[in-house]
Amino acid sequence: MTVALTPRNIVVTLTVIGLASVPLYAAWVGNNFVMILVTRILILAIAAVSLNLIMGYGGMVSFGHAAFLGIGGYVVGILAYEGIPSGFIQWPLAIIICGIVALIIGMLSLRTRGVYFIMITLAFAQMIYYVGSSLSRYGADDGLTIYRRSQFAGLLNLSSKVVFYYVCLALLALTILLVWRIVNSRFGMAIRGARSNERRMRAIGFPTFRYRLVCFVIAGMICGLAGALLANHTEFISPAAMHWTRSGDLIIMVVLGGMGSLFGPVIGALVLLVLEEALSGLTEYWQIILGPLLLAIVLYARGGINGLLVGQRHG
Amino acid sequence: MAEPLLQIEGLSKRFGGIIASNNVSLDIATGELHAIIGPNGAGKTTLIAQLTGELTPNAGHVRFGGVDITQTPPFRRSLLGLARSFQITSVFPDLTVLDNVALAVQAHAGHSFRFWRKARRDTALREPARAALARVGLIGRDEAIVGTMSHGEHRQLEIAMALATRPRMLLLDEPMAGMGPDESARLVTTLRELKKDYTILLVEHDMDAVFALADRISVLVYGRVIATGLPDEIRNNAEVKQAYLGDETRVSHA
Repeated sequence: MTVALTPRNIVVTLTVIGLASVPLYAAWVGNNFVMILVTRILILAIAAVSLNLIMGYGGMVSFGHAAFLGIGGYVVGILAYEGIPSGFIQWPLAIIICGIVALIIGMLSLRTRGVYFIMITLAFAQMIYYVGSSLSRYGADDGLTIYRRSQFAGLLNLSSKVVFYYVCLALLALTILLVWRIVNSRFGMAIRGARSNERRMRAIGFPTFRYRLVCFVIAGMICGLAGALLANHTEFISPAAMHWTRSGDLIIMVVLGGMGSLFGPVIGALVLLVLEEALSGLTEYWQIILGPLLLAIVLYARGGINGLLVGQRHG
Repeated sequence: MAEPLLQIEGLSKRFGGIIASNNVSLDIATGELHAIIGPNGAGKTTLIAQLTGELTPNAGHVRFGGVDITQTPPFRRSLLGLARSFQITSVFPDLTVLDNVALAVQAHAGHSFRFWRKARRDTALREPARAALARVGLIGRDEAIVGTMSHGEHRQLEIAMALATRPRMLLLDEPMAGMGPDESARLVTTLRELKKDYTILLVEHDMDAVFALADRISVLVYGRVIATGLPDEIRNNAEVKQAYLGDETRVSHA
């Protein structure tokens, strides 16, 4: 298969090259600021890609996705605090626990649709937020400082910002590959069909609930991994990581970049965080500029920034 | 006579004070094309919804192939071989024609917890889907996005999706709704072909089509079956004439 030289492919290729060379740039200018910012972008892009799996492809608009960022982060933080610094335990456990929580939330909330689904996922996320606030052993509202990043038995030294950067980049690439395969598989077609017309799916013989539920769990698990990365990145975890405004940020990334497109959420994470960084340098009220910008995208570019690059809504 | 494929026994459905299905009993034999006619509001769509499982009756039973399916959810009825088309087109507008039909094939090709291989390259799904499209005469439109197609093509697609589930029986809810005379005539030809292979329950307003196709006809008025019989019997039934055909020589609600 030949790869067409479309504007989108050019942007994607340049982005990949650019992302891979960020540590070189940091070494060249002798300043890690950009690399640390981009690390954060990569991690939140993983979370946004996972949200896009349920929201863009599955039509499940979850307003509580940041809960999994928080849970993943707390698993790392609590284990580190309790003297279990091994990443081989921390990361899989973060993913598994997020999967279990997603299963419970999904089983209850996927019985609802539309606005009710948005509200019930928000409610669950807020419950988890308050659980975090009440963990007095682990800092409660003040959060928990993580003194040692996850240890990988000498194989990976995450204390090195460069190593950590490439780990995040590799995991983002892996996540995109996974989501790409999933959405084009039989499972993915079932999920898309359920978004498009669930009644029809049942009429042709699909038990839609179980497919939507599994999709919700997969997204929760991927986001849990992002949470584990985020905790390692900031070396800190607090309930603020799963505040509802964090969930809102993830939704904005997906919508801004392009719902239901593979690279849209990555573009969205990049644009949102860079704008946040640039605009907040200009004024304290930077959201006044961001708001109208988002409105313009939603009103005039339904496929988000990715849609502008492709020239049409990308399925 | 062999056991009927679909048995409806004393089916009743009430919505508040309105009785939409009033003690409906019908037997549909294997290989039969059975048409249900009746004026608007007679309860035809309510009856279909109880057969597909979207509505649960207040009383009565539905048996399909000897199995009581009264409480069976819609997806399982489809897996048992009871396929339907919708009165108001119900497809996947953002997918292609072939995707639409391939999904119907996929639903009946085991579970869909397969996460890696590309479904659109899967000939086990694509080939039967193409065959179903050919069967309804929707050819050369495989990659068209369904949302951009004409109404007539949507109606054909509806039936192709039903066929792709390899059903034992088709429930067709006004397949000719909104079609022009030419399209209707073509669909009658298609249905005449399908009749050879499938048991069909046809709900339709187009009287020409019904009388051209049906082996037997049931007339539904105010939720009750007032007559069941051969087309000629129905045409000459005094009660039917009075209740449904009225004084006019021809009635068309389409």
